[in-house]
Amino acid sequence: MTLSDHLPVLQVIVPLLAAPLVILLRNGFLAWLASLLTSLCALGLGSQLTATVLAHGPQHYHVGGWAPPFGISLSVDAFSALLVLLISGASCLALAGGRLSLRRDIDNRRAPMFYGAWLIAVAGLSGIAVAGDAFNVFVFMEISSLATYILIAGGRDRRALSAVFKYLIIGTIGATFYLIGVGFIYMMTGTLNFDDMAVRLEGVIETRPVVIAAGFITIGLALKAAIFPLHVWLPRAYTYAPNAVTVFIAACSTKVALYVLLRFNFAVFHGNLLGHSELFSAFVIPLALSGILIASLVAVYQTNLKKLLAFSSVAQVGYIALAAGLTSASGLLAAMLHMFNHALAKGSLFLCVAAFALVSGDTSLKRLQGIGRRMPWTMGAFVIAGLSLIGVPGTAGFISKWYLIVAALEFGQVGFLLVAAIVVSSLMAVAYLWHFVEGAYYGTPPAGESSPMEVSLPLRCLIWVAALSNIFFGLFPQLPLALARSGTSALLQGGLY
Amino acid sequence: MSAEMLPWILVLPLLGALAIAFCGRWPNLREGISLLTAVTLAVLVFSQAGGVMDGARPYILLTEPLPGLPIALSLEPLGMMFACLASFLWIINTIYSIGYMRGNREKHQTRFYVCFALAIAAAMGVALADNLFTLFLFYECLTLSTYPLVAHKGDQKTLASARVYLGLLLTTSIGLLLPAIIWTYVTAGTTRFTLGGIIDGNLDGPAIGLLLGLFVFGIGKAAVMPVHRWLPAAMVAPTPVSALLHAVAVVKAGVFAVTKIIIYIFGVDFLFAQPSAQWLQYAAAFTIIAASVVALYQTNLKRMLAYSTIAQLSYVVLATVVLKPLSEVGAALHIAGHAFGKITLFFAAGAIYTAAHKTELSQLAAIGRRMPITTAAFTIGALSMIGVPPTVGFVSKWFILAGSFQAENYLAIFTIIASTALNAMYFLPVVYFAWLAPPSPDVDMNHGEAPWPILLALSVTATLTIVFFFFNQPLIDLEQQLVQSLPLESRP
Repeated sequence: MTLSDHLPVLQVIVPLLAAPLVILLRNGFLAWLASLLTSLCALGLGSQLTATVLAHGPQHYHVGGWAPPFGISLSVDAFSALLVLLISGASCLALAGGRLSLRRDIDNRRAPMFYGAWLIAVAGLSGIAVAGDAFNVFVFMEISSLATYILIAGGRDRRALSAVFKYLIIGTIGATFYLIGVGFIYMMTGTLNFDDMAVRLEGVIETRPVVIAAGFITIGLALKAAIFPLHVWLPRAYTYAPNAVTVFIAACSTKVALYVLLRFNFAVFHGNLLGHSELFSAFVIPLALSGILIASLVAVYQTNLKKLLAFSSVAQVGYIALAAGLTSASGLLAAMLHMFNHALAKGSLFLCVAAFALVSGDTSLKRLQGIGRRMPWTMGAFVIAGLSLIGVPGTAGFISKWYLIVAALEFGQVGFLLVAAIVVSSLMAVAYLWHFVEGAYYGTPPAGESSPMEVSLPLRCLIWVAALSNIFFGLFPQLPLALARSGTSALLQGGLY
Repeated sequence: MSAEMLPWILVLPLLGALAIAFCGRWPNLREGISLLTAVTLAVLVFSQAGGVMDGARPYILLTEPLPGLPIALSLEPLGMMFACLASFLWIINTIYSIGYMRGNREKHQTRFYVCFALAIAAAMGVALADNLFTLFLFYECLTLSTYPLVAHKGDQKTLASARVYLGLLLTTSIGLLLPAIIWTYVTAGTTRFTLGGIIDGNLDGPAIGLLLGLFVFGIGKAAVMPVHRWLPAAMVAPTPVSALLHAVAVVKAGVFAVTKIIIYIFGVDFLFAQPSAQWLQYAAAFTIIAASVVALYQTNLKRMLAYSTIAQLSYVVLATVVLKPLSEVGAALHIAGHAFGKITLFFAAGAIYTAAHKTELSQLAAIGRRMPITTAAFTIGALSMIGVPPTVGFVSKWFILAGSFQAENYLAIFTIIASTALNAMYFLPVVYFAWLAPPSPDVDMNHGEAPWPILLALSVTATLTIVFFFFNQPLIDLEQQLVQSLPLESRP
């Protein structure tokens, strides 16, 4: 066995083992550097894994050489690979772009611990993406959640404590619901492995415990994924977390919960439960629609840029959920694409926000008046990423919105209404972004803060790379498309055993 | 002459914008680069014209982000004309801008020139678009790149108006145009501009009228009522920007897109036979008359010109939906003809503002004595708007009327005659007032002509307005190709 055969497990092992080593470092800078190098390493492994999956199909890995019913099995298909790329990429982006911002937010004494928690979060999230059975998903979910709580509360802003407490309670309820559901399924099938589950459920379909399990799992994960109206933990957690942490979690944490939601519902339940499509659509679509519209509307009235973008995230999670709720292959394709593209746009946007905060010290819209004239480069990148969030053609956001609209039109009569809602909410996205952009370019800066003051050149370059990647993947979306296509077919085949 | 040159038509103004941004500290160099880019672009565009006139249709695929939705460029007669028009007027507008921006000591001039170059690049993209998707892409770029120009002043009033501008154009394009494009794509399987249209056989009955409505109102830049509000709102912009909006690129991109969609997406013959598509001529006729009547009551020079533009744009729409070969040629000619007349009028209005700081019609008494060249140019522009020979406005009106007679479309004939009268009613008194009225005692008359770049620019456009009356054959030949495949009598 060569090293490349161990890629799935390395994805988890590398950050997990690096975490305690990072904690041993005494110096904040060294800890940061080690975390960044580990993330880069994870990104490299993830790219390698993605290439393997694209070339040779899904990869299965048995930890310690123990076969599935007894040992831990990992399985990686294109959908998992997409997630792995997102997680490691977001971690690199947030760490590389957030050095100054983290140095300011995190107490130097505690910095090694903080970065240790960061790596554990990366390991946990990656673990969810590669795990092949429901229980390990739960274990990794707990690992990543606990680490994320530390990250969010790790800054100087004391308001983060109450925010994270809310997140903790709701996250635990979500995880518990998930565990209850998994328990029921284990009771009926005697297995935790996704593939086995899909096969054995066939014998026990339409028994009440299975239906209840589906309900518990879906709701529990919807809580974690912040599907409206279960999103209440998200805006405050995003807003009061250290800026670099927001870049990281906004890009990938809700996506991972959505990943599990989709995997369970489509690979396991979809082919087995009678009428699952209708039930899932009836549950998810109304929530997603109201999320898209209401959260966008709320975002228009925010006075803090981070909170504004957080509500926009709730709306965007709604898009993904809506696409999945269409329960068609094209819908799933749109959902996966939007996970990727939204992570790209939101990551870039929050990175710009972190840069703004470095200069202005605050992210309230009032303090950010005139920031576009002080920081023209960062602001230009913000506008580009914002266009991608709106879904203007030529940007990545358009690609996924296009597939979403095509999928909605295939959905039948209701499709037109869905398209109308998507169009309306895109316009609302224009409104809430312009609310900030206009003030940033034409507003009067707070007294004494009018001189141009850009962030350092490397950070500016990174911000622009992130922003331009939105355009690159809008013009050449082959990579995410290939992943989403292959992921969709893998997911739907899983349900057809 | 080859298709490989097409991307450069887009790239060149982009490079220009970049160079301008880096030379912001040296105004002379910056403006020099602006001018150089404009001239190079015009040479590049005009070098393509010969090939297109000989029947070449260069085509190049840039990328295909979505299956069936490529981003591709191509040239055909209508786009060729629009590209020539915009690139040529950009040169003159740059000369004018230099005079205007310096004369009025405007701030943020670098931003102005950068956004101007970006807007031209977007306009070139609209002109060269090979399919609806590409057109939409550049249409949105045009909206976004002109927003900073409209909001140039940056005070509260300007921002509110700029918000109307951006809000209306984005709302209509995302809310109506995009669904129309998706609908076309879903039913026809392609969005490529094809002679004869792609709708025929894919859609029928009232749906045609609905789709047409989504397109026409979705293209807010064509300013068919009731989506015209952005145009008067955008009058807060500096005059060179108004010229850009009204003559060079923006509204022209709107009517160009409408014309192109009717010819290449619906197909003239097909649409002519559709009863459900007839409503558009009523909407266009209403817009012409209503906008002219509103223009009668304006007291501000630029606002009057804005409403005049709304009426003139609907001339193009009306000419297009008369759906006869001659009227299609007339529509294409009117896009060009109106551009020369209107840019002259705006240049004159800007000259008056720069030299005398006058914006209201009532302040113009006897201004012809102080600013004879400007007022003469204004007169020529006004005559062209009315359609009096020897100005280019007459030529396009002639073709539109001829097409209307061909179709025996009395609505169009009546509308054109009535609006000609209305045009005369609001332009001639201003001309008379400016030349012959006694100077009023409470208006400051201590001023001369505007700076020379302004005078040069408006003299050139005024001269061209007349010259085009005599030498319009190449353009007519070019646009005849639009309709060559259309039989003269297309109704069974």
